[in-house]
Amino acid sequence: MPSTVSARMATTLLAIGTRKGLWFATSEDRRSWSLSSPHFLMTEVPSIGIDTRGGRTRLMVGVRSEHFGPTVVHSDDLGVTWDEPEHGAIRFPADTGAAVERVWQLHPDSADRPGVVWAGCEPISVWRSDDGGNSFALCQGLWDHPHRPEWGAGYGGAAAHSVVPGPDGTVHVAMSTGGVYRTTDGGGSWQPRNSGIGAYFMPGPAPEFGQCVHKIARDAVDPRRLYAQNHHGVYRSDDDGDSWTSIADGLPSDFGFVMLAHPRRAGTVWVVPLVADGERIPPGGELAVHRSDDAGSSWRRLTDGLPAHEYNAVLRDAACVDAGDPVGVYVGTRGGEVYASADEGESFSTVASHLPDVLCVRAAVLP
Amino acid sequence: MTVQVLLPRLLAECTGGRTSMALDVPAPTTVGTLLDVLAAEHPVFGRRVRDETGALRRHVNVYVDGEEVRRLAGLATPVPADAEVMVVQSVAGG
Repeated sequence: MPSTVSARMATTLLAIGTRKGLWFATSEDRRSWSLSSPHFLMTEVPSIGIDTRGGRTRLMVGVRSEHFGPTVVHSDDLGVTWDEPEHGAIRFPADTGAAVERVWQLHPDSADRPGVVWAGCEPISVWRSDDGGNSFALCQGLWDHPHRPEWGAGYGGAAAHSVVPGPDGTVHVAMSTGGVYRTTDGGGSWQPRNSGIGAYFMPGPAPEFGQCVHKIARDAVDPRRLYAQNHHGVYRSDDDGDSWTSIADGLPSDFGFVMLAHPRRAGTVWVVPLVADGERIPPGGELAVHRSDDAGSSWRRLTDGLPAHEYNAVLRDAACVDAGDPVGVYVGTRGGEVYASADEGESFSTVASHLPDVLCVRAAVLP
Repeated sequence: MTVQVLLPRLLAECTGGRTSMALDVPAPTTVGTLLDVLAAEHPVFGRRVRDETGALRRHVNVYVDGEEVRRLAGLATPVPADAEVMVVQSVAGG
């Protein structure tokens, strides 16, 4: 008689933010998925944070209406109900004369800093919450940075789209356009860290800042090692961002938006190349995820389960990993397709089809 | 004085389900003051209609007795007694 399995299987939650609403997908095995009905239908969802610290799950969602502006909402019951602070979780101080246009990033910090959540916004600004995302304070040091008047806007708007806190309090941010900045004093001062990163859209040698870095990620084991997908260029830094070297050899293209790092294993990263800035489609019209297990020295092209024909891009936050074992990898396209891998990218299954343009995905194994 | 206010159905969840109301406000008043009164009672509605600088959101229109206030004096547009003030989303989006 076969033995019975008594252990409860873990549920994985995948949140899918699109141009016209938010969907949830859940799975017990990360291969077959159940898709929810839409939340916030007809509003853009450019950012999602899933905070599972402390054994509870809080969903934070940046929502933006074309008519009625941006806001941040949260749910402590997996989206059954949503709370929105009456006066807004993120709002510029009156003396700035600025207004939030879009919340691009909601990133829970580590378990060592419970309650700390980072946000990156348009206009270019970084925010910190110490109360789990109920309210955020502007990082005034970055807002007052003398470079700010020279930061520009990528096609999607001028935004701080990557906020990557390290274990020692160091925080790296990436902005388009402006590049990578780092603080080591809790956000009081910020220094550009773009040495070695190209800016081919500007004449002359690469500047100290002004690059259009699309996404950065930190290595799981060595916190001084970072990876960057640039507006042409894929890079690694081994010195906390002080200098960057190319790791694009072996990739079909050095353009793209995605950079994902393994949550536990050193040197494992994923990218999703696109042909070029003037041709934002997967090379050959075939969607492929590329993984390196040696910090970018070599790459493997992974396509099992992905469509043979795909002419839609994968945006910078429309890809993520979970913390499962093996790690799950997720990608969503501007064509509304979402794919999941339960084996670190070796094979993918389809989670959802025919959704609006996917702007962001975030996944977590529920506690 | 009393002003009749018409609100977008899309924002009814921010105004307790109401899409129209008669507001008693001191005379004289302006569109901005009227929106302040509404926002004091319905803060989320206030944020949907204006950003944190106080500016009317780009794709929100306000009409006073049928006249779009951007063609008048914006938020400083006077609101006469017994006026009808309509807040409505503009044609936008895809």
